[in-house]
Amino acid sequence: MKILVTVKRVEDPEIKIKIKADGSGLESEQMKYVVNPFDEIAVEEALRLRDTHEGEVVILSLGVADCAQQIRTALAMGADRGVHVLTDETLDPTLASLAMQKVIEDESPDIVLMGKQAVDDDMGQTGVMLAERLGWGQASFASKEASLESEEEKSKQTALNVSDNKVTVVREVDGGIETLCLNLPALITTELRLNIPRYASLPGIMKAKKKEIKEFPLRDLIGDAQPLVEVLKMEKPAARAAGMIVSDVPQLMEKLRNEAKVI
Amino acid sequence: MSAQIPLDDILAIEHLLSEDEKLARDTIRSWIKERYRPLLNQAHRDGIFPVEIIPEIAELGVFGANIEGYDCAGMNNVSYGLVMQELERGDSGLRSLVSVQGALVMYPILTFGDEEQRQKYLPKLAKGEFVGCFGLTEPMAGSDPGAMKTTAKKDGDSYVLDGVKAWITSSPIADIAIIWAKCVDEDNIIRGFIVERDFNGFTTPDIEGKFSLRASPTGEIHLNECRVPAANMLAASGGLKSPLSCLTQARYGIGWGVTGAAMDCYQTVLDYGLERIQFNQPIASFQLYQSYLAEMATQLVNMQLLTLHYGRLKDAQALSPIQVSMLKRHNVAAARKIASDARSMLGGIGITDAYPVMRHMMNLESVYTYEGTHEIHTLALGRALTGISAFD
Repeated sequence: MKILVTVKRVEDPEIKIKIKADGSGLESEQMKYVVNPFDEIAVEEALRLRDTHEGEVVILSLGVADCAQQIRTALAMGADRGVHVLTDETLDPTLASLAMQKVIEDESPDIVLMGKQAVDDDMGQTGVMLAERLGWGQASFASKEASLESEEEKSKQTALNVSDNKVTVVREVDGGIETLCLNLPALITTELRLNIPRYASLPGIMKAKKKEIKEFPLRDLIGDAQPLVEVLKMEKPAARAAGMIVSDVPQLMEKLRNEAKVI
Repeated sequence: MSAQIPLDDILAIEHLLSEDEKLARDTIRSWIKERYRPLLNQAHRDGIFPVEIIPEIAELGVFGANIEGYDCAGMNNVSYGLVMQELERGDSGLRSLVSVQGALVMYPILTFGDEEQRQKYLPKLAKGEFVGCFGLTEPMAGSDPGAMKTTAKKDGDSYVLDGVKAWITSSPIADIAIIWAKCVDEDNIIRGFIVERDFNGFTTPDIEGKFSLRASPTGEIHLNECRVPAANMLAASGGLKSPLSCLTQARYGIGWGVTGAAMDCYQTVLDYGLERIQFNQPIASFQLYQSYLAEMATQLVNMQLLTLHYGRLKDAQALSPIQVSMLKRHNVAAARKIASDARSMLGGIGITDAYPVMRHMMNLESVYTYEGTHEIHTLALGRALTGISAFD
C-alpha cells in the first residue's frame, strides 16, 4: 500500500509571532518553523498503516527551500521518501490543492492523509478541494473511538481500517460517533484525537539524511494558474485595557451601568 | 519599553549547527517538556527514577548515540552534546543515567571489549533492555582511584572479584556493571570486567538521604567472591588510563549537560522577573536583578561556545583530555553559580519545586563533585600548564 502525506511548514505555535510592519504577513526573521501538528498526526497514522500492511509512505510538502527541514522531520519519524514542490510564492488553498493534485496523479497512492487544517492560517480548505480535484471519496476529521490513553493507542494500532480495497474511518459528530466506509483511493483529513504522533528518533534522524527528496518547481506543475484568495492585511487584536478590582457589588453595578454601559 | 532580545539571538549559533543537529536537539527538548517534566517533580519528591520511562528513552535512541553500529544512532559528537544539554535541561539525574550508559558502559565495551562482547551487550544497552553502571570509585579511593582495593583473582575459567564500590550512579537498577579491579596475578594491573546482576556475590545497596540527584538511583556495589567468566574481562583494558579514558567521554557530555540546566535556570528567572511585581514594577526592572541576568547570559554564551568548539574538535578527533577537564571544570562551576543566583532571584518560592531551579541547584552539587571534583580538575590543569604535579 502506498500512502502519501502532505506536510505543511508552519510557524512554531509555541513561539510569539510578529506581524510585518506593512501587515502583509508574518515576520520570518528569527522565526522557528515546525511540521503542522495536524499533519504530524497524519504521518503517524500513515506509518502505522505501512507497518501493518507493508508498502511505503511518501511525504509531500509545498514551499520554500527550507521546507526540506519539515520533510526531513517526517522522514526521521520513519517515512520512506519525500517530494518537495519548490516555490517562494504564498499559496492559497486553490493553488496548493492544484499542485498536490499533479503530484498525486503522478504518484497514484492508495490513500492521501493530511491534517484537517494547518495551524498557521486555519483555513481547512486544502483537503476538501484536493478530494474534489481528484474525484476521490473523502473522510474529514478522522478520529477514533478508543481514548488516547487506551492500550490500543499505546500499542500503536491503526485507527483507519483497510481491507478489500476499502477503508473505514471513524468521525466524531455532535453527540456521537459516525463510521464511514470509502473505496480506495481515498483522501482522509486528521483530527487531533486520531493518535499521539511519535518523536523522531536519533537513529531515524541519521537514516533520514540518506532518504530521497525529489524536487519540482511549482510552476512546472501548475503553469500560470493564479490564486483565487488574497490575504489583504494581518493585524494584531487591539490591546485590552487593564482591568480593575471593585470593592463591592454596589460599586460593580455602578461601573457596569455608568462606565461600561452594559446594563 | 524597548525590544527584548532573546538569548538565542545573542548566542547566534543556529547557523553553526547542521539541520540534523538542530533536529536532534529540538526533538529531545520537546520530549523532555512533554513527557519527562510531567513525571519529574513527583519522582524527585519520592527520590526515585521513573524506570518505566526507560523503553521510551531508548526508543529515542539516546543511549550511545555517538556510537556507530550495534543499533546505535551513530551521530556526531555535537549532536550527542546537544542531546545531553536537552536531557539535563530536564534533570541532571536523567542525563547522568544516559551519560553512564553511553560513555561509561557502552564506550568501554566498544573500546576495550572483543567483538563477541560488543555483539552480546551493545544492542541490548542501546535498546534499554539492559541498564549499565560503572564501578571505579571506592569508599577509600575517590580522587585517587589508583588506591582501589578491589581485586580480581584468576581461578580456572573465571575471575573472582572482591571489593566495594561507592557512589555508583544507576547501580541499584543496573543489569550489568563495568567493574574496575586490580588483577593480583598480573602485578596488580587495573582491568575492566563486565559483571551481570545475577552473578553470585554481586549486590547493590542504595545510598539513602541524598539532597542531590534525587531522581537518579545511586548505590554501592558489593563484590563478595563474585565469580565472573574470564570471557567477561575487557581484554584490551590495562592500567588506570583505561577507566580514565571513559571518564573523559562522560565529562565531555557533562560540559554540554550542565549548560542545559543553566539555560533552564536562566529562562525561569527571566520569565519570573518580568512577571513578578514589587514596588509597583516588575522586579526585572531593578538594577540588581538585571545585573544577575547580564552575568548569567554572558556565562551561558561562554559555556555554549566552549561546548561547540570542543565538540567540533572532538569530531575532528583533536580534543585532548586536558581540554575536557577545562570544559567540565568551567561549565559546571558556571552552571552552579547560575543555579545558586537564580535560586535567590526567585525569593521564597525558589525553595520549592514550583520552579525547577532549586532542583538544578542541588543536582549541580553532585555534578561539581563527580567525574573528577572541581578541585582535581583545577590541579590537572595546573599540572598541564606548569608541567609540575601538585598531587601525585
